[in-house]
Amino acid sequence: MSEANDKRAALGEKTAELVIAGFTFVLGAIVAFDSWRLGARWVEDGPQTGYFPFYVGLIICFASIVNFVTALLAGKKGRAFVKVGQLKLVLSVLVPSAVYVGLVGWLGIYVPSILYIASFMLWLGKYPWWKALLVSVGTSVFFYSVFELWFQVPLPKGPIESLLGIA
Amino acid sequence: MEALNSLLQGFSVALSFTNIALMFAGVILGVIIGVLPGLGGANGVAILLPLTFSMAQTPGGQTSAIILLSCIYWGALFGGAITSILFNIPGEPWSVATTFDGYPLAQKGRAGTALTAAFTSSFVGAAVGVIVITFLSPIVAEFALEFGPPEFFGVYLLTFCAFVGMSKEAPFKTIVAMMLGFALAAVGTDTVTGTLRLTFGTATLLTGFDFLVAVIGLFGIGEILLTLEEGLEFKGASARINVKVVFETWRELPRYWITSLRSATIGCFMGIVPGGATPASFMSYGTAMRFSKDGEKFGSGVVEGVVAPETAAHAAGTSALLPMLTLGVPGSPTAAVLLGGLLIWGLEPGPLLFVEQKNFVWGLIASMYLGNVAGLIVVLTCVPLFAAILRIPFSVIAPIIIVICAIGSYTVHNATFDIYMMVVFGIIGYLFKKVRYPLAPLVLAVVLGDRAEASFRQAMLMSHGDMSIFFSNKLVGGLTSLALILLFWPMASGAVALLRNRLRRE
Repeated sequence: MSEANDKRAALGEKTAELVIAGFTFVLGAIVAFDSWRLGARWVEDGPQTGYFPFYVGLIICFASIVNFVTALLAGKKGRAFVKVGQLKLVLSVLVPSAVYVGLVGWLGIYVPSILYIASFMLWLGKYPWWKALLVSVGTSVFFYSVFELWFQVPLPKGPIESLLGIA
Repeated sequence: MEALNSLLQGFSVALSFTNIALMFAGVILGVIIGVLPGLGGANGVAILLPLTFSMAQTPGGQTSAIILLSCIYWGALFGGAITSILFNIPGEPWSVATTFDGYPLAQKGRAGTALTAAFTSSFVGAAVGVIVITFLSPIVAEFALEFGPPEFFGVYLLTFCAFVGMSKEAPFKTIVAMMLGFALAAVGTDTVTGTLRLTFGTATLLTGFDFLVAVIGLFGIGEILLTLEEGLEFKGASARINVKVVFETWRELPRYWITSLRSATIGCFMGIVPGGATPASFMSYGTAMRFSKDGEKFGSGVVEGVVAPETAAHAAGTSALLPMLTLGVPGSPTAAVLLGGLLIWGLEPGPLLFVEQKNFVWGLIASMYLGNVAGLIVVLTCVPLFAAILRIPFSVIAPIIIVICAIGSYTVHNATFDIYMMVVFGIIGYLFKKVRYPLAPLVLAVVLGDRAEASFRQAMLMSHGDMSIFFSNKLVGGLTSLALILLFWPMASGAVALLRNRLRRE
């Protein structure tokens, strides 16, 4: 039952094409409008700041319309953009990654990396906890030695590192 | 002859103990990067670029830094073949065509033969590419010394129009991707007037988007998300190369010399004209299939089907550095990242480089010869080791790669904001790849955006806003016309095909 469900299309390819063409159109419009606001005309001493990006924005809008219409006419309705099972897998990586990145700003890079790698191994990989601990802590220690000690490139650190006195 | 003298001097620069050690380190790192999903030539070099910032400040360090990074590139080119042949997973886009015959060969138990053929043809392709660079680049550079802003804009225009005309994706998707790149490059402080553009009042956007972050997100995170769709496990053939197989394969390879020569030519051409390694490998596979005696056996596992795409991909990947060095116009995303590196180290790519930084340029070119020999040695001897990396389960390797990407994005500017941007670019990369928007022109536009805009504005200032300056003399007129022909090529060829069909029906 769940097997069949996983193969179902979560989103059709045609819909995805249309949404992305719409998205790029909006981006193009933003670029064009902001450039126009800054001045996109030719003045006494040469082109204004917005001159070049204004046309870039216009071209994006025009090409997006073409892509939108092409996708609308193509009628590849049946094809899946992403299947339910695939989407689950992709989200199971994407969501933790977003959380991880959010934590980096607050806790520095080392502690979130340990949590991230370990939880990944525990939940998706079904590894025993000691293996997860070994790999995740090992990776952080490795990056610490390569970046901070060897190449002397500082990485973000948080309150836990300052407690340990290595910040 | 002058080129040979300069090359000899280059060898004296490249043949130091540090540089040779860096070469091997670079190649090994590069192969690992090429083998791992989510890490490839472009983002691998982008992640490691910040590590060279301090290296490049020591005397002669710029040469060492470029040797390290370019060898990572060669290694990644080699590494792509390993995953294609053993696991049927192209580690790099340009090794897709290698899977067509490489994987069937491996399934027949001839993995060793396929790998040896792939590595050797890669080496041959690269060697041809380097020879072309050695003799052609001083000529191009000298020619380009005469270039003014209109000519440079003509070259940029040609580059970008070539992408539209030669890409196998829909032309308007290529245009959208490319123009988004230009828009991203425009964000931040306008270098000419100092005005803020497209920052929408936020301080974080003052410095604009860094292309390194874009590359890491688009190619790294995006690629991992794509790989994930295939599931969490890789199943592959076992790899072992023994000396006997190597020599047997080497005895067989000279038979395909015409294929090699044709593929190398296609590769060099596609690399210099920014078509890139990926279309070159497909084109070369296609032509090899058409002209070969065993054409109909292609796809079932013939050695010739491995030789053709690998030779072309390496020839293209190598010769992509020619326009990067001589004109400051990279022929591939990885070349674009290397160009970004040169700019960060304080070198101005372009024709003057050949006059002012002779040691750097020729040291790099000499290192290409040596680096590829180093690469061949490393891959032939260490294949089982590299294949073992792929057997590490994805649930371990994926989070580690994402951590590496995060570190890479952070170290570019020591900004946490860049890590957030990396994730955003990753999602964009995943979506764009799925609906077949090409990413290479986007990256190239981000890198070249400011320079293209500057040359456009200077040219416009020269002519007081008159577009006809782009046709004002033979040279710039030729460049512009060629660019326009390439731009409308898909439309023209489509029209011709339509007409031919209609005529046939009548």
